[in-house]
Amino acid sequence: MAGAAVLGRLSWRLAELVELVRETPRVTSLVLDVPGWDGHRPGQHVDVRLTAEDGYQAQRSYSIATPAEGEHLVLTVEKLEDGEVSPFLTEELQPGDRFELRGPIGGYFVWNGSADGPLHLVAGGSGVVPLMAMLRHRAADGIAVPATLLFSSRTLDDVIYRDELDGLAAGDSALTVVHTLTRAQPQGWTGYDRRIDEGMLADVFGTPDAVAGAFVCGPTRFVEVAADGLVGLGYEPSRVRTERFGPTGR
Amino acid sequence: MAFITRGFRGTRETDESGRIPPGQYETHDFPVLSAGPTPHTPLESWSFTISEDGEELARWSWDEFRALPSETITKDIHCVTKWSKLDTTWEGVSVDTLLDGIETGAGYVTAWSDGGYTTNLPLEDVTGGKAWVAFGYDGEPLEPEHGGPARLLVPHLYFWKSAKWVRGLRLMDEDEPGFWESLGYHLYGDPWREQRYWGD
Amino acid sequence: MEMRDLMLDGNAIGGLLQEVFVEEMTTARSTCAGCGAVREVGALHVYADAPGMVVRCPACDTVLLRVVRSETLLWLDPRGVSCLELTMPTG
Repeated sequence: MAGAAVLGRLSWRLAELVELVRETPRVTSLVLDVPGWDGHRPGQHVDVRLTAEDGYQAQRSYSIATPAEGEHLVLTVEKLEDGEVSPFLTEELQPGDRFELRGPIGGYFVWNGSADGPLHLVAGGSGVVPLMAMLRHRAADGIAVPATLLFSSRTLDDVIYRDELDGLAAGDSALTVVHTLTRAQPQGWTGYDRRIDEGMLADVFGTPDAVAGAFVCGPTRFVEVAADGLVGLGYEPSRVRTERFGPTGR
Repeated sequence: MAFITRGFRGTRETDESGRIPPGQYETHDFPVLSAGPTPHTPLESWSFTISEDGEELARWSWDEFRALPSETITKDIHCVTKWSKLDTTWEGVSVDTLLDGIETGAGYVTAWSDGGYTTNLPLEDVTGGKAWVAFGYDGEPLEPEHGGPARLLVPHLYFWKSAKWVRGLRLMDEDEPGFWESLGYHLYGDPWREQRYWGD
Repeated sequence: MEMRDLMLDGNAIGGLLQEVFVEEMTTARSTCAGCGAVREVGALHVYADAPGMVVRCPACDTVLLRVVRSETLLWLDPRGVSCLELTMPTG
Protein backbone atom coordinates (compact mmCIF):
# COMPACT_ATOMS: atom_id res chain seq x y z
CA MET A 1 0.00 0.00 0.00
CA ALA A 2 1.52 3.30 -1.07
CA GLY A 3 3.19 5.28 1.74
CA ALA A 4 0.43 4.62 4.23
CA ALA A 5 2.35 5.22 7.41
CA VAL A 6 1.68 8.55 9.07
CA LEU A 7 4.86 9.53 10.79
CA GLY A 8 6.32 12.57 12.34
CA ARG A 9 5.28 16.14 12.65
CA LEU A 10 2.77 17.30 10.06
CA SER A 11 4.15 20.16 8.07
CA TRP A 12 2.65 22.56 5.60
CA ARG A 13 3.58 21.92 2.02
CA LEU A 14 2.64 23.64 -1.22
CA ALA A 15 0.00 22.31 -3.60
CA GLU A 16 -0.25 23.63 -7.14
CA LEU A 17 -3.54 23.74 -8.98
CA VAL A 18 -3.35 21.81 -12.22
CA GLU A 19 -6.97 21.92 -13.27
CA LEU A 20 -10.46 22.76 -12.06
CA VAL A 21 -13.26 20.33 -12.82
CA ARG A 22 -16.84 21.57 -12.38
CA GLU A 23 -18.73 18.61 -10.93
CA THR A 24 -22.08 20.32 -10.30
CA PRO A 25 -23.24 23.97 -10.22
CA ARG A 26 -22.02 24.26 -6.64
CA VAL A 27 -19.18 21.76 -6.50
CA THR A 28 -15.73 21.88 -8.06
CA SER A 29 -12.83 19.46 -7.96
CA LEU A 30 -9.34 20.84 -7.59
CA VAL A 31 -6.76 18.66 -9.31
CA LEU A 32 -3.51 19.29 -7.48
CA ASP A 33 0.13 18.54 -7.88
CA VAL A 34 1.76 18.13 -4.46
CA PRO A 35 5.50 17.55 -4.71
CA GLY A 36 6.75 15.12 -2.10
CA TRP A 37 3.32 13.68 -1.37
CA ASP A 38 3.87 10.34 0.27
CA GLY A 39 0.53 8.73 -0.42
CA HIS A 40 -2.62 8.47 1.62
CA ARG A 41 -5.50 6.15 2.45
CA PRO A 42 -9.11 6.44 1.33
CA GLY A 43 -11.10 8.56 3.77
CA GLN A 44 -8.24 10.77 4.92
CA HIS A 45 -8.34 14.54 4.61
CA VAL A 46 -6.04 17.51 4.34
CA ASP A 47 -6.00 20.86 6.10
CA VAL A 48 -5.79 23.80 3.70
CA ARG A 49 -4.40 27.14 4.84
CA LEU A 50 -4.75 30.43 3.01
CA THR A 51 -2.78 33.53 4.00
CA ALA A 52 -3.61 37.05 2.85
CA GLU A 53 -0.93 39.67 2.27
CA ASP A 54 -1.60 41.28 5.66
CA GLY A 55 -1.06 37.94 7.37
CA TYR A 56 -4.74 37.07 7.89
CA GLN A 57 -5.18 33.32 7.75
CA ALA A 58 -8.05 30.94 7.23
CA GLN A 59 -7.87 27.19 7.53
CA ARG A 60 -10.30 24.46 6.51
CA SER A 61 -10.29 20.68 6.19
CA TYR A 62 -11.17 18.91 2.93
CA SER A 63 -11.49 15.21 2.27
CA ILE A 64 -9.25 13.72 -0.39
CA ALA A 65 -11.36 12.50 -3.32
CA THR A 66 -8.74 10.31 -4.95
CA PRO A 67 -7.56 6.94 -3.75
CA ALA A 68 -3.83 6.43 -3.28
CA GLU A 69 -3.56 5.31 -6.88
CA GLY A 70 -3.22 8.25 -9.25
CA GLU A 71 -0.86 10.98 -10.20
CA HIS A 72 -2.64 13.92 -8.65
CA LEU A 73 -4.35 14.74 -5.39
CA VAL A 74 -7.95 15.83 -5.90
CA LEU A 75 -10.06 17.80 -3.44
CA THR A 76 -13.76 18.22 -4.21
CA VAL A 77 -15.06 21.45 -2.70
CA GLU A 78 -18.60 22.68 -2.30
CA LYS A 79 -18.90 26.44 -2.63
CA LEU A 80 -20.71 27.81 0.42
CA GLU A 81 -22.51 31.06 -0.37
CA ASP A 82 -21.26 32.97 2.68
CA GLY A 83 -18.04 31.05 2.80
CA GLU A 84 -14.63 32.58 3.14
CA VAL A 85 -12.44 29.82 1.73
CA SER A 86 -14.63 27.75 -0.61
CA PRO A 87 -15.57 30.66 -2.93
CA PHE A 88 -11.87 31.48 -3.22
CA LEU A 89 -10.82 27.91 -3.98
CA THR A 90 -13.58 27.33 -6.51
CA GLU A 91 -13.72 30.72 -8.23
CA GLU A 92 -10.49 32.68 -7.73
CA LEU A 93 -7.77 30.06 -7.86
CA GLN A 94 -6.17 29.63 -11.30
CA PRO A 95 -4.09 26.77 -12.67
CA GLY A 96 -0.52 27.40 -11.61
CA ASP A 97 -1.54 29.03 -8.32
CA ARG A 98 -0.26 27.46 -5.14
CA PHE A 99 -1.54 27.23 -1.58
CA GLU A 100 -0.56 25.46 1.59
CA LEU A 101 -1.93 22.15 2.73
CA ARG A 102 -0.89 19.49 5.19
CA GLY A 103 -1.76 15.85 5.47
CA PRO A 104 -2.84 13.22 5.01
CA ILE A 105 -4.73 13.31 8.28
CA GLY A 106 -6.86 10.75 10.00
CA GLY A 107 -6.78 7.08 10.80
CA TYR A 108 -10.26 6.71 12.23
CA PHE A 109 -12.35 7.52 9.16
CA VAL A 110 -10.36 5.32 6.82
CA TRP A 111 -11.27 2.19 4.88
CA ASN A 112 -8.44 -0.26 5.15
CA GLY A 113 -9.38 -1.89 1.86
CA SER A 114 -10.11 -5.13 3.61
CA ALA A 115 -12.11 -7.82 1.90
CA ASP A 116 -13.55 -8.98 5.23
CA GLY A 117 -16.95 -7.46 4.94
CA PRO A 118 -19.14 -5.34 2.71
CA LEU A 119 -18.58 -1.61 2.40
CA HIS A 120 -21.67 0.28 3.56
CA LEU A 121 -21.59 3.99 2.78
CA VAL A 122 -24.06 6.80 3.53
CA ALA A 123 -23.40 10.23 2.04
CA GLY A 124 -25.14 13.59 2.39
CA GLY A 125 -24.20 16.04 -0.34
CA SER A 126 -20.47 16.77 -0.36
CA GLY A 127 -20.12 14.09 2.31
CA VAL A 128 -19.69 11.73 -0.63
CA VAL A 129 -16.12 12.90 -1.20
CA PRO A 130 -14.21 10.61 1.20
CA LEU A 131 -16.59 7.76 0.37
CA MET A 132 -15.82 8.22 -3.32
CA ALA A 133 -12.13 7.85 -2.51
CA MET A 134 -13.05 4.50 -0.96
CA LEU A 135 -15.08 3.41 -3.99
CA ARG A 136 -12.36 4.55 -6.39
CA HIS A 137 -9.79 2.61 -4.38
CA ARG A 138 -12.03 -0.46 -4.43
CA ALA A 139 -12.37 -0.22 -8.20
CA ALA A 140 -8.69 0.53 -8.87
CA ASP A 141 -7.49 -2.38 -6.76
CA GLY A 142 -10.25 -4.74 -7.84
CA ILE A 143 -11.18 -5.43 -4.22
CA ALA A 144 -13.87 -8.07 -4.24
CA VAL A 145 -16.23 -6.87 -1.55
CA PRO A 146 -19.85 -5.90 -2.10
CA ALA A 147 -20.38 -2.18 -1.67
CA THR A 148 -23.52 -0.11 -1.23
CA LEU A 149 -23.71 3.69 -1.30
CA LEU A 150 -26.85 5.51 -0.17
CA PHE A 151 -26.43 9.06 -1.44
CA SER A 152 -28.65 11.99 -0.53
CA SER A 153 -28.59 15.05 -2.77
CA ARG A 154 -30.92 18.01 -3.29
CA THR A 155 -31.62 17.49 -7.00
CA LEU A 156 -30.28 15.33 -9.80
CA ASP A 157 -28.07 18.19 -10.99
CA ASP A 158 -26.50 18.30 -7.53
CA VAL A 159 -25.41 14.67 -7.56
CA ILE A 160 -21.62 14.83 -7.39
CA TYR A 161 -19.76 12.26 -9.53
CA ARG A 162 -23.07 11.15 -10.99
CA ASP A 163 -21.76 9.78 -14.30
CA GLU A 164 -18.78 8.10 -12.69
CA LEU A 165 -20.99 6.41 -10.09
CA ASP A 166 -23.40 5.25 -12.81
CA GLY A 167 -20.45 3.85 -14.74
CA LEU A 168 -18.93 2.07 -11.76
CA ALA A 169 -22.26 0.52 -10.78
CA ALA A 170 -23.09 -0.53 -14.34
CA GLY A 171 -19.82 -2.40 -14.67
CA ASP A 172 -19.85 -4.01 -11.23
CA SER A 173 -22.68 -6.21 -10.05
CA ALA A 174 -21.29 -6.07 -6.50
CA LEU A 175 -21.70 -2.27 -6.30
CA THR A 176 -25.09 -0.72 -5.61
CA VAL A 177 -25.67 3.02 -5.68
CA VAL A 178 -28.99 4.28 -4.35
CA HIS A 179 -29.92 7.94 -4.68
CA THR A 180 -32.42 9.99 -2.81
CA LEU A 181 -33.26 13.46 -4.13
CA THR A 182 -34.72 15.53 -1.35
CA ARG A 183 -35.69 18.86 -2.91
CA ALA A 184 -36.79 18.16 -6.48
CA GLN A 185 -36.93 15.13 -8.72
CA PRO A 186 -36.92 14.91 -12.51
CA GLN A 187 -39.95 13.77 -14.45
CA GLY A 188 -40.37 10.02 -14.20
CA TRP A 189 -38.10 9.64 -11.17
CA THR A 190 -38.84 6.36 -9.43
CA GLY A 191 -36.16 6.59 -6.74
CA TYR A 192 -36.40 7.94 -3.22
CA ASP A 193 -37.55 11.51 -2.85
CA ARG A 194 -37.17 12.21 0.85
CA ARG A 195 -34.54 12.72 3.52
CA ILE A 196 -33.00 9.53 4.77
CA ASP A 197 -34.72 7.77 7.64
CA GLU A 198 -34.53 4.42 9.34
CA GLY A 199 -37.00 2.88 6.90
CA MET A 200 -34.87 3.84 3.93
CA LEU A 201 -31.72 2.57 5.63
CA ALA A 202 -33.48 -0.75 6.35
CA ASP A 203 -34.57 -1.09 2.71
CA VAL A 204 -31.12 -0.31 1.38
CA PHE A 205 -28.86 -2.09 3.86
CA GLY A 206 -31.10 -4.76 5.36
CA THR A 207 -30.38 -6.27 8.75
CA PRO A 208 -26.72 -6.02 9.65
CA ASP A 209 -24.71 -9.04 10.69
CA ALA A 210 -22.62 -8.93 13.84
CA VAL A 211 -19.58 -7.36 12.28
CA ALA A 212 -21.24 -5.00 9.82
CA GLY A 213 -19.82 -1.52 9.72
CA ALA A 214 -20.58 1.67 7.86
CA PHE A 215 -19.10 5.03 6.96
CA VAL A 216 -21.39 8.06 7.18
CA CYS A 217 -20.36 11.51 6.02
CA GLY A 218 -22.12 14.83 5.48
CA PRO A 219 -23.59 17.75 7.42
CA THR A 220 -23.76 17.12 11.16
CA ARG A 221 -27.50 16.78 11.39
CA PHE A 222 -27.61 14.36 8.42
CA VAL A 223 -24.90 12.24 10.01
CA GLU A 224 -26.75 12.11 13.33
CA VAL A 225 -29.95 10.85 11.66
CA ALA A 226 -28.09 8.31 9.53
CA ALA A 227 -25.83 7.04 12.30
CA ASP A 228 -28.68 6.79 14.81
CA GLY A 229 -30.73 5.02 12.16
CA LEU A 230 -28.03 2.44 11.48
CA VAL A 231 -27.58 1.79 15.19
CA GLY A 232 -31.35 1.43 15.41
CA LEU A 233 -31.16 -1.28 12.75
CA GLY A 234 -28.62 -3.18 14.81
CA TYR A 235 -25.23 -1.90 13.72
CA GLU A 236 -22.74 -1.92 16.58
CA PRO A 237 -22.18 1.79 17.40
CA SER A 238 -18.40 1.60 17.31
CA ARG A 239 -18.61 0.18 13.79
CA VAL A 240 -20.52 3.17 12.44
CA ARG A 241 -17.79 5.66 11.61
CA THR A 242 -18.86 9.21 11.11
CA GLU A 243 -17.39 12.37 9.65
CA ARG A 244 -19.52 15.40 10.40
CA PHE A 245 -19.05 18.52 8.30
CA GLY A 246 -20.82 20.93 10.67
CA PRO A 247 -23.99 22.83 9.83
CA THR A 248 -25.18 22.89 6.23
CA GLY A 249 -24.02 26.12 4.71
CA ARG A 250 -22.94 28.81 7.17
CA MET B 1 6.19 33.23 7.52
CA ALA B 2 3.43 31.24 5.84
CA PHE B 3 3.12 31.19 2.06
CA ILE B 4 1.00 34.10 0.84
CA THR B 5 -1.88 32.83 -1.27
CA ARG B 6 -2.25 35.00 -4.35
CA GLY B 7 -5.56 36.82 -4.41
CA PHE B 8 -6.89 35.66 -1.02
CA ARG B 9 -8.49 38.35 1.15
CA GLY B 10 -11.13 36.53 3.12
CA THR B 11 -14.52 38.20 3.50
CA ARG B 12 -13.26 41.11 5.53
CA GLU B 13 -14.39 44.67 4.96
CA THR B 14 -12.25 47.71 5.56
CA ASP B 15 -13.17 49.68 8.67
CA GLU B 16 -14.89 52.89 7.60
CA SER B 17 -16.43 53.57 11.00
CA GLY B 18 -13.48 53.82 13.36
CA ARG B 19 -15.47 51.64 15.69
CA ILE B 20 -13.65 48.39 15.00
CA PRO B 21 -10.97 47.50 17.57
CA PRO B 22 -7.50 46.45 16.40
CA GLY B 23 -7.33 43.08 14.65
CA GLN B 24 -11.09 42.86 14.25
CA TYR B 25 -13.28 42.74 11.11
CA GLU B 26 -16.87 43.81 10.82
CA THR B 27 -19.50 41.16 10.19
CA HIS B 28 -23.16 41.58 9.31
CA ASP B 29 -23.90 38.00 10.37
CA PHE B 30 -24.18 36.90 13.95
CA PRO B 31 -21.85 33.90 14.16
CA VAL B 32 -22.80 31.21 16.66
CA LEU B 33 -20.12 29.78 18.90
CA SER B 34 -20.58 27.09 21.50
CA ALA B 35 -18.51 24.91 23.79
CA GLY B 36 -21.19 22.29 24.07
CA PRO B 37 -24.77 21.25 23.34
CA THR B 38 -27.56 23.81 23.81
CA PRO B 39 -28.88 23.69 27.36
CA HIS B 40 -32.66 23.60 27.42
CA THR B 41 -33.71 24.61 30.91
CA PRO B 42 -37.48 25.00 31.00
CA LEU B 43 -38.55 28.44 32.16
CA GLU B 44 -40.45 26.92 35.10
CA SER B 45 -37.13 25.61 36.46
CA TRP B 46 -35.05 28.65 35.50
CA SER B 47 -33.70 30.93 38.19
CA PHE B 48 -31.03 33.60 38.46
CA THR B 49 -29.09 33.87 41.69
CA ILE B 50 -26.53 36.16 43.26
CA SER B 51 -24.40 34.40 45.84
CA GLU B 52 -21.30 34.94 47.93
CA ASP B 53 -19.27 32.31 49.79
CA GLY B 54 -21.88 29.70 49.01
CA GLU B 55 -24.66 31.81 50.48
CA GLU B 56 -27.53 32.88 48.27
CA LEU B 57 -28.13 36.62 48.53
CA ALA B 58 -30.84 36.98 45.91
CA ARG B 59 -32.90 34.75 43.62
CA TRP B 60 -35.42 35.38 40.87
CA SER B 61 -37.63 32.95 39.03
CA TRP B 62 -38.20 33.69 35.33
CA ASP B 63 -41.40 35.59 36.04
CA GLU B 64 -39.79 37.54 38.85
CA PHE B 65 -36.81 38.32 36.66
CA ARG B 66 -39.02 39.54 33.82
CA ALA B 67 -40.94 41.75 36.23
CA LEU B 68 -37.77 43.70 37.02
CA PRO B 69 -37.22 47.02 35.26
CA SER B 70 -35.44 46.42 31.97
CA GLU B 71 -34.02 48.53 29.20
CA THR B 72 -33.24 48.42 25.52
CA ILE B 73 -29.63 49.16 24.59
CA THR B 74 -27.69 49.27 21.38
CA LYS B 75 -24.04 48.27 21.54
CA ASP B 76 -21.14 47.08 19.42
CA ILE B 77 -19.88 43.60 20.25
CA HIS B 78 -16.45 42.11 19.63
CA CYS B 79 -15.58 38.42 19.52
CA VAL B 80 -12.05 37.20 20.15
CA THR B 81 -12.32 35.17 16.92
CA LYS B 82 -11.99 38.56 15.23
CA TRP B 83 -15.48 39.50 14.17
CA SER B 84 -17.18 42.64 15.42
CA LYS B 85 -20.85 43.43 14.99
CA LEU B 86 -21.97 47.02 15.28
CA ASP B 87 -25.23 48.42 16.63
CA THR B 88 -26.63 45.26 18.13
CA THR B 89 -29.84 45.86 20.04
CA TRP B 90 -30.63 44.04 23.23
CA GLU B 91 -33.26 44.07 25.90
CA GLY B 92 -32.19 43.18 29.41
CA VAL B 93 -32.03 43.87 33.11
CA SER B 94 -29.04 45.92 34.20
CA VAL B 95 -26.72 44.08 36.56
CA ASP B 96 -26.92 47.23 38.72
CA THR B 97 -30.62 46.42 39.20
CA LEU B 98 -29.79 42.84 40.17
CA LEU B 99 -27.15 43.97 42.66
CA ASP B 100 -29.32 46.73 44.07
CA GLY B 101 -29.47 46.45 47.84
CA ILE B 102 -26.71 43.88 48.05
CA GLU B 103 -23.81 44.90 50.24
CA THR B 104 -20.54 43.25 49.43
CA GLY B 105 -16.82 43.81 49.72
CA ALA B 106 -16.18 41.48 46.83
CA GLY B 107 -14.05 42.86 44.01
CA TYR B 108 -14.89 40.22 41.39
CA VAL B 109 -17.69 38.10 40.03
CA THR B 110 -17.81 34.72 38.40
CA ALA B 111 -20.74 34.35 36.02
CA TRP B 112 -21.89 30.76 35.66
CA SER B 113 -24.17 29.13 33.12
CA ASP B 114 -26.15 26.01 32.39
CA GLY B 115 -23.77 23.43 30.94
CA GLY B 116 -20.90 24.42 33.26
CA TYR B 117 -19.46 27.47 31.53
CA THR B 118 -17.94 30.17 33.71
CA THR B 119 -16.27 33.51 33.15
CA ASN B 120 -14.67 35.95 35.58
CA LEU B 121 -14.91 39.74 35.69
CA PRO B 122 -14.04 42.59 38.05
CA LEU B 123 -17.20 43.78 39.85
CA GLU B 124 -16.66 47.28 38.52
CA ASP B 125 -16.90 45.94 34.96
CA VAL B 126 -20.42 44.67 35.50
CA THR B 127 -21.70 47.71 37.38
CA GLY B 128 -22.18 51.38 36.57
CA GLY B 129 -24.31 50.65 33.52
CA LYS B 130 -21.81 48.36 31.82
CA ALA B 131 -23.55 44.99 31.97
CA TRP B 132 -26.96 43.38 31.61
CA VAL B 133 -28.63 40.03 31.80
CA ALA B 134 -30.22 40.14 28.35
CA PHE B 135 -33.38 38.27 27.37
CA GLY B 136 -34.10 39.95 24.06
CA TYR B 137 -32.10 40.51 20.89
CA ASP B 138 -33.14 42.61 17.91
CA GLY B 139 -36.67 43.02 19.22
CA GLU B 140 -37.30 39.29 19.73
CA PRO B 141 -36.84 36.88 22.63
CA LEU B 142 -33.23 35.74 22.75
CA GLU B 143 -32.86 32.51 20.74
CA PRO B 144 -31.24 29.49 22.42
CA GLU B 145 -28.44 29.51 19.85
CA HIS B 146 -27.48 33.00 21.06
CA GLY B 147 -27.79 32.17 24.72
CA GLY B 148 -31.52 32.33 25.37
CA PRO B 149 -33.51 32.48 27.56
CA ALA B 150 -30.94 34.86 29.05
CA ARG B 151 -27.27 35.64 28.70
CA LEU B 152 -24.86 38.01 30.32
CA LEU B 153 -24.05 41.02 28.17
CA VAL B 154 -20.80 42.89 28.79
CA PRO B 155 -20.13 44.63 25.47
CA HIS B 156 -16.97 46.50 26.44
CA LEU B 157 -15.05 43.23 26.80
CA TYR B 158 -14.52 40.38 24.33
CA PHE B 159 -17.76 38.52 23.86
CA TRP B 160 -16.67 35.26 25.54
CA LYS B 161 -17.30 37.22 28.76
CA SER B 162 -20.97 37.62 27.79
CA ALA B 163 -21.83 34.17 29.08
CA LYS B 164 -24.66 32.43 27.22
CA TRP B 165 -27.35 30.61 29.22
CA VAL B 166 -26.28 32.50 32.35
CA ARG B 167 -27.87 31.44 35.63
CA GLY B 168 -26.06 33.48 38.24
CA LEU B 169 -23.24 35.58 39.57
CA ARG B 170 -20.95 34.55 42.39
CA LEU B 171 -19.36 37.46 44.20
CA MET B 172 -15.68 36.71 44.75
CA ASP B 173 -12.80 38.17 46.69
CA GLU B 174 -10.32 36.89 44.13
CA ASP B 175 -10.33 36.98 40.35
CA GLU B 176 -10.75 33.29 39.61
CA PRO B 177 -10.12 32.37 35.97
CA GLY B 178 -13.19 30.92 34.28
CA PHE B 179 -13.58 28.29 31.56
CA TRP B 180 -11.47 30.04 28.92
CA GLU B 181 -9.42 32.30 31.19
CA SER B 182 -7.92 29.21 32.79
CA LEU B 183 -6.58 27.98 29.47
CA GLY B 184 -4.88 30.89 27.75
CA TYR B 185 -7.56 33.50 27.16
CA HIS B 186 -6.84 36.82 28.82
CA LEU B 187 -8.12 37.33 32.35
CA TYR B 188 -9.64 40.76 31.50
CA GLY B 189 -10.17 40.83 27.72
CA ASP B 190 -10.25 44.48 26.56
CA PRO B 191 -10.70 44.49 22.77
CA TRP B 192 -9.25 47.99 22.46
CA ARG B 193 -5.96 46.79 23.96
CA GLU B 194 -6.28 43.52 22.02
CA GLN B 195 -6.12 41.44 25.19
CA ARG B 196 -6.95 38.09 23.64
CA TYR B 197 -4.49 35.75 25.37
CA TRP B 198 -2.33 35.56 28.49
CA GLY B 199 0.53 37.97 28.30
CA ASP B 200 -1.19 40.27 25.79
CA MET C 1 -30.04 25.82 15.19
CA GLU C 2 -29.07 23.45 17.98
CA MET C 3 -25.47 23.76 19.18
CA ARG C 4 -25.10 20.08 18.29
CA ASP C 5 -25.42 21.08 14.63
CA LEU C 6 -22.02 22.75 14.97
CA MET C 7 -20.47 19.62 16.37
CA LEU C 8 -17.75 17.73 14.52
CA ASP C 9 -15.98 14.42 15.09
CA GLY C 10 -12.51 13.86 16.44
CA ASN C 11 -11.15 13.46 12.92
CA ALA C 12 -11.71 17.21 12.46
CA ILE C 13 -8.90 17.84 14.93
CA GLY C 14 -6.67 15.08 13.62
CA GLY C 15 -4.30 17.68 12.19
CA LEU C 16 -4.08 19.67 15.43
CA LEU C 17 -3.51 16.55 17.53
CA GLN C 18 -0.85 15.29 15.19
CA GLU C 19 0.93 18.65 15.49
CA VAL C 20 0.96 18.28 19.27
CA PHE C 21 1.52 14.56 19.72
CA VAL C 22 3.56 13.91 16.56
CA GLU C 23 1.51 10.73 16.00
CA GLU C 24 -1.75 9.98 14.24
CA MET C 25 -4.17 10.32 17.13
CA THR C 26 -7.63 9.69 15.73
CA THR C 27 -7.30 5.96 16.33
CA ALA C 28 -5.95 6.38 19.88
CA ARG C 29 -8.47 5.28 22.50
CA SER C 30 -9.43 7.65 25.30
CA THR C 31 -11.17 6.86 28.58
CA CYS C 32 -13.57 9.47 29.89
CA ALA C 33 -12.69 10.61 33.40
CA GLY C 34 -16.39 11.28 33.98
CA CYS C 35 -18.15 8.05 32.98
CA GLY C 36 -15.37 5.65 31.96
CA ALA C 37 -16.55 5.34 28.34
CA VAL C 38 -13.75 4.31 25.99
CA ARG C 39 -13.82 5.67 22.45
CA GLU C 40 -11.48 6.20 19.56
CA VAL C 41 -10.48 9.85 19.45
CA GLY C 42 -11.97 10.06 15.96
CA ALA C 43 -15.38 9.32 17.45
CA LEU C 44 -15.31 12.03 20.11
CA HIS C 45 -17.54 15.09 19.89
CA VAL C 46 -15.71 18.27 18.93
CA TYR C 47 -16.91 21.84 19.33
CA ALA C 48 -14.34 23.85 17.42
CA ASP C 49 -14.08 27.67 17.52
CA ALA C 50 -15.85 27.89 20.85
CA PRO C 51 -13.64 30.19 20.68
CA GLY C 52 -11.15 27.55 21.69
CA MET C 53 -11.65 23.86 21.06
CA VAL C 54 -13.70 21.60 23.33
CA VAL C 55 -13.80 17.83 22.99
CA ARG C 56 -16.62 16.03 24.78
CA CYS C 57 -17.48 12.46 25.63
CA PRO C 58 -20.18 11.10 23.29
CA ALA C 59 -21.69 9.13 26.16
CA CYS C 60 -21.92 11.78 28.90
CA ASP C 61 -20.83 15.14 27.39
CA THR C 62 -18.05 15.56 29.95
CA VAL C 63 -15.30 17.82 28.67
CA LEU C 64 -12.40 15.50 27.81
CA LEU C 65 -9.98 17.94 26.30
CA ARG C 66 -9.72 21.67 25.72
CA VAL C 67 -7.26 23.45 23.42
CA VAL C 68 -6.58 27.13 22.93
CA ARG C 69 -4.15 28.50 20.44
CA SER C 70 -2.63 31.95 19.98
CA GLU C 71 -0.20 32.77 17.20
CA THR C 72 2.73 31.34 19.08
CA LEU C 73 1.37 29.32 22.00
CA LEU C 74 -0.91 26.35 22.46
CA TRP C 75 -2.61 25.47 25.74
CA LEU C 76 -4.03 22.02 26.36
CA ASP C 77 -6.14 20.79 29.29
CA PRO C 78 -6.37 17.00 29.09
CA ARG C 79 -7.88 16.39 32.52
CA GLY C 80 -11.11 14.87 31.20
CA VAL C 81 -9.12 11.98 29.72
CA SER C 82 -8.18 9.56 32.45
CA CYS C 83 -6.35 7.25 30.08
CA LEU C 84 -5.10 7.44 26.50
CA GLU C 85 -4.15 4.24 24.72
CA LEU C 86 -2.01 4.32 21.59
CA THR C 87 -1.06 1.36 19.45
CA MET C 88 2.70 1.61 19.03
CA PRO C 89 4.52 0.33 15.98
CA THR C 90 6.37 -2.90 16.59
CA GLY C 91 9.93 -3.46 15.39
